[in-house]
Amino acid sequence: MQSVDSDRRRFLGRMLAASGSLLLAGCDRLSQTEWLPNVLSSAEKLTQAAQKLIMPRNAMAQEFSPADISPVFRSNGTSNPNNPVYQALAADSFKDYQLKISGLVEHPAAYTLAELKALPSRSQITRHDCVEGWSAIGKWQGVQLSQLLQRAQPLAGARYVVFDCFDPMDAQGTTYYYESIDLDEAYHPQTLLAYALNDADLPIKNGAPIRLRVERQLGYKMAKYVMEIRLVDSFDDIAGGKGGYWEDRGYEWFAGI
Amino acid sequence: MSQPHSIVSTPHSLYLRHTLTIRVMHWINVLAFSLLLLSGLQIFNAYPALNWGKSSYNGQTPLLQIDAYRDAHGQLVGVTRIGGHPFETTGVLGVSADASGNPSARAFPTWITVPGTQWLAMARRWHFFFAWVLVINGVAYLLYALASRHLTRDLSPSRRDWRSLGQSIRDHVRFRHPRGEEAKRYNILQKLAYLSVIFGLFPLVVVAGLAMSPGLNALLPGWIDVFGGRQSARTVHFIAAWALVVFVFIHVFEVMVSGLWNNLRSMITGRYRVPNKEADHAER
Repeated sequence: MQSVDSDRRRFLGRMLAASGSLLLAGCDRLSQTEWLPNVLSSAEKLTQAAQKLIMPRNAMAQEFSPADISPVFRSNGTSNPNNPVYQALAADSFKDYQLKISGLVEHPAAYTLAELKALPSRSQITRHDCVEGWSAIGKWQGVQLSQLLQRAQPLAGARYVVFDCFDPMDAQGTTYYYESIDLDEAYHPQTLLAYALNDADLPIKNGAPIRLRVERQLGYKMAKYVMEIRLVDSFDDIAGGKGGYWEDRGYEWFAGI
Repeated sequence: MSQPHSIVSTPHSLYLRHTLTIRVMHWINVLAFSLLLLSGLQIFNAYPALNWGKSSYNGQTPLLQIDAYRDAHGQLVGVTRIGGHPFETTGVLGVSADASGNPSARAFPTWITVPGTQWLAMARRWHFFFAWVLVINGVAYLLYALASRHLTRDLSPSRRDWRSLGQSIRDHVRFRHPRGEEAKRYNILQKLAYLSVIFGLFPLVVVAGLAMSPGLNALLPGWIDVFGGRQSARTVHFIAAWALVVFVFIHVFEVMVSGLWNNLRSMITGRYRVPNKEADHAER
């Protein structure tokens, strides 16, 4: 009786260990297939639809008090673009910088940093949530993207706003950071082209001269070192076709979760 | 597997303990929770610390931090800090073998994460897919449990249950399990455990998870302050997940000591053999 019991227990233990490692090995193999990640990412559409359904289009992200501001605003990803054009602009405090708006718009335009700073601005103390899991709180000041869009007048076919950036993502300088958001997000009152962090000029490590703020999504959506803004009807033909540098590497385009 | 008494007592003493709906939902929940745990630990590895408050950078020591450093000999050392107190955890936490067996810096080891290698984007896909599975299954379970009166008939404690609390604790400590008609009902500790998981831990882990969504944070500004902020919510999510793991361990232990095959069969075919009153050695 006793030996039958312990045999049975040993058998069960082995079975559990075996099925555990089978499960893990199976998951790893499934992650490498083409179809399974596609099935899994169907949840992204569901999440986006659910969030759009229950949330008013202009629902505001939480804003905080000055006491909540993080002592140091963490820099992640690129901290100083390895790009001669960018370095030349930075050497002269971005006096020659121009932010271009192009693509599907009635009135393409270009703004110097001084011109952007002369426009009405918005300040907000918000929480930055990285996809890795950490959060930092900072005070941002900048121009609402909606203002620039109203001046540029998007054409009827425009569906997304694409942000092309100065920072190369590989040593050869063949891939540059880029991001995209839809028009709902672009016209949101808290969506800024920020030029100041915590009441000082935006530091290079945090994206000088202009970084995007999209407060209802994760940090990787908030492109740093923005060079040009393009309105497009689709991002199928841009880089990997998924609408952003990290999206092309498997992250969700809708980063509200 | 079969013991003498189980031959004499079958088949007429088998009764339907779990309906097909409950059985299917139970196993969907097992699958979804397992994958959520494993992919969740992979997600944790991307920022292997737990903070309390609204942000991670508020000058306070993390509640938990899993780190790696190189010692004087160039060897990787894993350190787990709880409230700042360091513990060397090389081999399991902080530093463990990668796919090719070499020591690598990672918070939780490959054998407890999905995917095994560091791959945050893929872990998030697994996690958010099975989060939907868990929530849809959980809501369907609640509706079914209410409509079928499973909740009121089988799970809600009666006055008699409450009076048997002391006895039930004594029985559990001695691994004594009810027989005959009594074995057809959940005992009070069992009911309380199931209810606290169904209405406590699972809703908590889901809501704390949703509180980490920057999108949903905008639903009602400030609602996540009930947790003390987003980083607190992340910590609560982590602790609630491990509390569920503790429940699973106790649950599986009780399943084993109160008749493994009988219990397993009842959750697969639905049929449960009521242990005879007089039998001393029930199927174990």
